[in-house]
Amino acid sequence: MEIPYTVEPRPDSGLANGKLGIWLFLASEVMLFGALFSTYILLRVGATEWPHGELSIKLGAINTVILICSSVTMVMSWASLKLNNFSKGRLYLLVTIVLATVFLVNKYFEYADHFARGEGPWHSTFLAIYFTLTGLHGLHIIGGIVVMLYLLGPGARLWKTNQEQYVNRIEYTGLYWHFVDLVWIFLFPVLYLL
Amino acid sequence: MHADPEAIKKSIRSYMIVGAMLLVFTGLTVAANGFHLAVPAAIALALIIATMKGTMVAAVFMHLSHEKKWIYGALLLTVVFFVVLLFLPLLTMSDGIGKPIGHPPAAAHGEAH
Repeated sequence: MEIPYTVEPRPDSGLANGKLGIWLFLASEVMLFGALFSTYILLRVGATEWPHGELSIKLGAINTVILICSSVTMVMSWASLKLNNFSKGRLYLLVTIVLATVFLVNKYFEYADHFARGEGPWHSTFLAIYFTLTGLHGLHIIGGIVVMLYLLGPGARLWKTNQEQYVNRIEYTGLYWHFVDLVWIFLFPVLYLL
Repeated sequence: MHADPEAIKKSIRSYMIVGAMLLVFTGLTVAANGFHLAVPAAIALALIIATMKGTMVAAVFMHLSHEKKWIYGALLLTVVFFVVLLFLPLLTMSDGIGKPIGHPPAAAHGEAH
Protein backbone atom coordinates (compact mmCIF):
# COMPACT_ATOMS: atom_id res chain seq x y z
CA MET A 1 0.00 0.00 0.00
CA GLU A 2 1.34 3.40 -0.91
CA ILE A 3 1.66 5.98 1.87
CA PRO A 4 -0.48 8.98 0.93
CA TYR A 5 0.53 12.65 1.01
CA THR A 6 4.31 12.15 1.00
CA VAL A 7 4.64 14.73 -1.76
CA GLU A 8 1.27 16.28 -2.51
CA PRO A 9 -0.29 18.37 0.29
CA ARG A 10 -3.27 17.10 2.25
CA PRO A 11 -6.48 18.93 1.29
CA ASP A 12 -7.31 19.80 4.92
CA SER A 13 -3.94 21.09 6.20
CA GLY A 14 -2.34 22.09 2.91
CA LEU A 15 0.79 20.25 4.08
CA ALA A 16 2.49 16.97 3.22
CA ASN A 17 2.36 14.55 6.16
CA GLY A 18 6.14 14.65 6.67
CA LYS A 19 6.14 18.43 7.05
CA LEU A 20 3.51 18.47 9.78
CA GLY A 21 5.19 15.44 11.36
CA ILE A 22 8.61 17.08 11.63
CA TRP A 23 7.10 20.26 13.09
CA LEU A 24 5.22 18.27 15.74
CA PHE A 25 8.47 16.44 16.52
CA LEU A 26 10.26 19.79 16.84
CA ALA A 27 7.48 20.97 19.18
CA SER A 28 8.23 18.00 21.44
CA GLU A 29 11.93 18.88 21.23
CA VAL A 30 11.17 22.43 22.38
CA MET A 31 9.54 20.94 25.48
CA LEU A 32 12.51 18.63 26.09
CA PHE A 33 15.10 21.41 25.94
CA GLY A 34 12.64 23.78 27.63
CA ALA A 35 12.53 21.49 30.68
CA LEU A 36 16.33 21.55 30.88
CA PHE A 37 16.53 25.34 30.41
CA SER A 38 13.93 25.65 33.17
CA THR A 39 16.12 23.41 35.36
CA TYR A 40 19.12 25.63 34.59
CA ILE A 41 17.21 28.76 35.65
CA LEU A 42 16.05 27.09 38.87
CA LEU A 43 19.56 25.90 39.73
CA ARG A 44 21.12 29.25 38.93
CA VAL A 45 18.58 31.32 40.85
CA GLY A 46 18.93 29.03 43.86
CA ALA A 47 22.74 28.97 43.82
CA THR A 48 24.64 31.17 46.29
CA GLU A 49 27.47 31.52 43.75
CA TRP A 50 27.80 30.65 40.07
CA PRO A 51 31.15 30.01 38.35
CA HIS A 52 32.40 32.29 35.56
CA GLY A 53 35.13 31.62 33.03
CA GLU A 54 35.18 27.84 33.49
CA LEU A 55 34.55 27.23 29.78
CA SER A 56 36.59 28.26 26.76
CA ILE A 57 34.72 31.14 25.08
CA LYS A 58 37.01 30.75 22.06
CA LEU A 59 36.00 27.11 21.50
CA GLY A 60 32.33 27.92 22.14
CA ALA A 61 32.39 30.81 19.66
CA ILE A 62 34.17 28.68 17.03
CA ASN A 63 31.50 25.99 17.44
CA THR A 64 28.77 28.64 17.07
CA VAL A 65 30.33 29.82 13.80
CA ILE A 66 30.60 26.19 12.61
CA LEU A 67 26.92 25.48 13.32
CA ILE A 68 25.77 28.71 11.67
CA CYS A 69 27.81 27.85 8.55
CA SER A 70 26.33 24.32 8.58
CA SER A 71 22.83 25.80 8.69
CA VAL A 72 23.65 27.89 5.61
CA THR A 73 25.04 24.86 3.73
CA MET A 74 21.99 22.79 4.73
CA VAL A 75 19.52 25.32 3.37
CA MET A 76 21.72 25.71 0.26
CA SER A 77 21.55 21.94 -0.26
CA TRP A 78 17.75 22.10 -0.28
CA ALA A 79 17.74 25.16 -2.58
CA SER A 80 20.17 23.49 -5.03
CA LEU A 81 18.00 20.36 -5.19
CA LYS A 82 14.91 22.51 -5.71
CA LEU A 83 16.76 24.03 -8.67
CA ASN A 84 17.36 20.50 -10.02
CA ASN A 85 21.09 20.59 -9.29
CA PHE A 86 21.66 17.19 -7.69
CA SER A 87 25.47 17.24 -7.54
CA LYS A 88 25.55 20.70 -5.91
CA GLY A 89 22.85 19.65 -3.46
CA ARG A 90 24.87 16.60 -2.43
CA LEU A 91 28.04 18.67 -2.13
CA TYR A 92 26.36 21.11 0.25
CA LEU A 93 25.00 18.16 2.24
CA LEU A 94 28.50 16.69 2.47
CA VAL A 95 29.89 20.04 3.68
CA THR A 96 27.14 20.14 6.33
CA ILE A 97 28.17 16.67 7.55
CA VAL A 98 31.85 17.71 7.66
CA LEU A 99 31.00 20.87 9.65
CA ALA A 100 28.86 18.84 12.07
CA THR A 101 31.75 16.42 12.57
CA VAL A 102 34.17 19.29 13.22
CA PHE A 103 31.72 20.59 15.83
CA LEU A 104 31.79 17.21 17.58
CA VAL A 105 35.61 17.03 17.42
CA ASN A 106 35.79 20.47 19.08
CA LYS A 107 33.33 19.30 21.71
CA TYR A 108 35.45 16.19 22.29
CA PHE A 109 38.53 18.34 23.01
CA GLU A 110 36.49 20.50 25.34
CA TYR A 111 35.12 17.49 27.25
CA ALA A 112 38.55 15.79 27.33
CA ASP A 113 40.10 18.92 28.86
CA HIS A 114 37.49 18.94 31.63
CA PHE A 115 37.85 15.24 32.40
CA ALA A 116 41.67 15.53 32.41
CA ARG A 117 41.28 18.06 35.23
CA GLY A 118 38.86 15.75 37.04
CA GLU A 119 35.97 18.09 36.28
CA GLY A 120 33.16 15.73 35.36
CA PRO A 121 29.43 16.33 35.86
CA TRP A 122 29.88 15.32 39.54
CA HIS A 123 32.26 18.25 40.16
CA SER A 124 29.69 21.04 40.52
CA THR A 125 26.07 21.96 39.82
CA PHE A 126 27.22 24.14 36.92
CA LEU A 127 29.17 21.32 35.26
CA ALA A 128 26.28 18.90 35.87
CA ILE A 129 23.85 21.09 33.91
CA TYR A 130 26.58 21.97 31.36
CA PHE A 131 27.26 18.30 30.55
CA THR A 132 23.53 17.48 30.51
CA LEU A 133 22.62 20.30 28.11
CA THR A 134 25.62 20.02 25.79
CA GLY A 135 25.56 16.20 25.94
CA LEU A 136 21.92 16.09 24.85
CA HIS A 137 22.67 18.66 22.15
CA GLY A 138 25.65 16.57 21.01
CA LEU A 139 23.40 13.51 20.71
CA HIS A 140 21.13 15.56 18.46
CA ILE A 141 24.14 16.47 16.30
CA ILE A 142 25.04 12.77 16.01
CA GLY A 143 21.41 11.96 15.09
CA GLY A 144 21.50 14.65 12.39
CA ILE A 145 24.77 13.30 10.97
CA VAL A 146 23.30 9.76 10.76
CA VAL A 147 20.23 11.00 8.85
CA MET A 148 22.33 13.18 6.52
CA LEU A 149 24.74 10.29 5.83
CA TYR A 150 21.76 8.14 4.88
CA LEU A 151 20.41 10.83 2.55
CA LEU A 152 23.86 11.28 1.04
CA GLY A 153 24.38 7.53 0.54
CA PRO A 154 21.64 4.92 0.09
CA GLY A 155 18.80 7.41 0.56
CA ALA A 156 19.97 9.38 -2.48
CA ARG A 157 18.62 6.64 -4.78
CA LEU A 158 15.18 8.18 -4.22
CA TRP A 159 16.27 11.13 -6.42
CA LYS A 160 16.01 8.83 -9.46
CA THR A 161 12.57 7.44 -8.64
CA ASN A 162 10.83 10.28 -6.79
CA GLN A 163 12.73 13.54 -7.00
CA GLU A 164 10.19 15.63 -5.12
CA GLN A 165 10.01 13.23 -2.18
CA TYR A 166 13.81 13.29 -1.88
CA VAL A 167 13.80 17.10 -1.84
CA ASN A 168 11.10 17.00 0.85
CA ARG A 169 13.25 14.66 2.98
CA ILE A 170 16.17 17.08 2.68
CA GLU A 171 13.85 19.91 3.71
CA TYR A 172 12.62 18.03 6.82
CA THR A 173 16.19 17.11 7.77
CA GLY A 174 17.08 20.79 7.29
CA LEU A 175 14.27 21.88 9.64
CA TYR A 176 15.66 19.52 12.28
CA TRP A 177 19.19 20.77 11.67
CA HIS A 178 18.21 24.44 11.96
CA PHE A 179 16.47 23.61 15.25
CA VAL A 180 19.69 22.03 16.55
CA ASP A 181 21.51 25.23 15.50
CA LEU A 182 18.84 27.35 17.20
CA VAL A 183 19.27 25.46 20.49
CA TRP A 184 23.04 26.08 20.36
CA ILE A 185 22.46 29.78 19.70
CA PHE A 186 20.88 29.94 23.18
CA LEU A 187 23.23 27.45 24.84
CA PHE A 188 26.35 29.43 23.90
CA PRO A 189 25.61 32.66 25.80
CA VAL A 190 23.80 30.89 28.66
CA LEU A 191 26.64 28.47 29.42
CA TYR A 192 29.79 30.16 28.14
CA LEU A 193 29.22 33.86 28.69
CA LEU A 194 26.78 34.46 31.55
CA MET B 1 7.39 27.53 0.79
CA HIS B 2 8.79 28.68 -2.55
CA ALA B 3 8.03 26.48 -5.51
CA ASP B 4 9.23 28.34 -8.60
CA PRO B 5 12.96 28.54 -9.46
CA GLU B 6 13.03 32.35 -9.62
CA ALA B 7 11.73 32.68 -6.06
CA ILE B 8 14.30 30.15 -4.84
CA LYS B 9 17.14 32.02 -6.57
CA LYS B 10 16.01 35.18 -4.79
CA SER B 11 15.82 33.40 -1.43
CA ILE B 12 19.41 32.11 -1.81
CA ARG B 13 20.55 35.72 -1.50
CA SER B 14 18.57 36.14 1.71
CA TYR B 15 20.09 32.91 3.11
CA MET B 16 23.57 34.34 2.55
CA ILE B 17 22.67 37.69 4.12
CA VAL B 18 21.11 36.03 7.16
CA GLY B 19 24.13 33.70 7.49
CA ALA B 20 26.45 36.71 7.48
CA MET B 21 24.26 38.56 9.99
CA LEU B 22 24.28 35.56 12.31
CA LEU B 23 28.08 35.55 12.25
CA VAL B 24 28.18 39.30 12.97
CA PHE B 25 25.74 38.88 15.87
CA THR B 26 27.89 36.05 17.27
CA GLY B 27 30.87 38.44 17.18
CA LEU B 28 28.75 41.08 18.94
CA THR B 29 27.77 38.60 21.67
CA VAL B 30 31.41 37.76 22.36
CA ALA B 31 32.45 41.44 22.18
CA ALA B 32 29.67 42.47 24.59
CA ASN B 33 30.97 39.87 27.04
CA GLY B 34 34.27 41.78 27.09
CA PHE B 35 32.56 44.92 28.47
CA HIS B 36 32.06 43.15 31.84
CA LEU B 37 28.56 44.55 32.32
CA ALA B 38 26.61 44.00 35.53
CA VAL B 39 25.07 40.49 35.59
CA PRO B 40 21.40 41.53 34.94
CA ALA B 41 22.43 43.78 32.01
CA ALA B 42 24.76 41.10 30.60
CA ILE B 43 22.00 38.46 30.78
CA ALA B 44 19.48 40.79 29.14
CA LEU B 45 21.87 41.78 26.33
CA ALA B 46 23.02 38.22 25.61
CA LEU B 47 19.46 36.91 25.54
CA ILE B 48 18.23 39.77 23.32
CA ILE B 49 20.98 39.02 20.78
CA ALA B 50 20.31 35.26 21.00
CA THR B 51 16.57 35.86 20.47
CA MET B 52 17.29 38.02 17.40
CA LYS B 53 19.54 35.28 16.00
CA GLY B 54 16.98 32.59 16.76
CA THR B 55 14.24 34.60 15.07
CA MET B 56 16.37 34.95 11.92
CA VAL B 57 17.06 31.19 11.82
CA ALA B 58 13.38 30.33 12.35
CA ALA B 59 11.99 32.94 9.96
CA VAL B 60 14.41 32.53 7.05
CA PHE B 61 16.16 29.15 7.25
CA MET B 62 13.09 27.31 8.59
CA HIS B 63 10.79 29.33 6.29
CA LEU B 64 8.51 30.30 9.16
CA SER B 65 7.97 33.74 7.63
CA HIS B 66 5.65 32.14 5.07
CA GLU B 67 4.26 28.88 6.41
CA LYS B 68 0.82 27.29 6.53
CA LYS B 69 -1.53 28.13 9.42
CA TRP B 70 -1.42 24.56 10.76
CA ILE B 71 2.28 25.00 11.52
CA TYR B 72 1.65 28.36 13.21
CA GLY B 73 -1.14 26.73 15.24
CA ALA B 74 1.12 23.90 16.40
CA LEU B 75 3.87 26.38 17.30
CA LEU B 76 1.46 28.66 19.16
CA LEU B 77 0.42 25.72 21.34
CA THR B 78 4.11 24.90 21.87
CA VAL B 79 4.85 28.47 22.98
CA VAL B 80 1.96 28.36 25.49
CA PHE B 81 3.15 25.07 26.99
CA PHE B 82 6.79 26.23 26.90
CA VAL B 83 5.95 29.33 28.95
CA VAL B 84 3.98 27.18 31.42
CA LEU B 85 6.98 24.82 31.62
CA LEU B 86 9.40 27.67 32.33
CA PHE B 87 7.27 28.93 35.21
CA LEU B 88 6.43 25.48 36.58
CA PRO B 89 9.33 25.53 39.07
CA LEU B 90 7.73 28.59 40.73
CA LEU B 91 5.07 26.24 42.09
CA THR B 92 7.74 24.68 44.30
CA MET B 93 8.08 28.04 46.06
CA SER B 94 4.39 28.56 46.62
CA ASP B 95 3.24 25.05 47.56
CA GLY B 96 2.34 24.21 51.13
CA ILE B 97 3.88 20.77 51.33
CA GLY B 98 5.66 20.35 54.67
CA LYS B 99 4.22 23.55 56.13
CA PRO B 100 1.63 23.36 58.96
CA ILE B 101 -1.74 24.57 57.71
CA GLY B 102 -4.60 25.68 59.93
CA HIS B 103 -3.05 24.49 63.20
CA PRO B 104 -4.12 26.44 66.30
CA PRO B 105 -1.41 28.49 68.05
CA ALA B 106 0.81 26.42 70.38
CA ALA B 107 -0.46 28.12 73.59
CA ALA B 108 -4.13 27.55 72.76
CA HIS B 109 -3.28 23.98 71.77
CA GLY B 110 -1.66 23.40 75.22
CA GLU B 111 -4.63 24.85 77.17
CA ALA B 112 -7.04 22.51 75.48
CA HIS B 113 -5.25 19.54 77.05
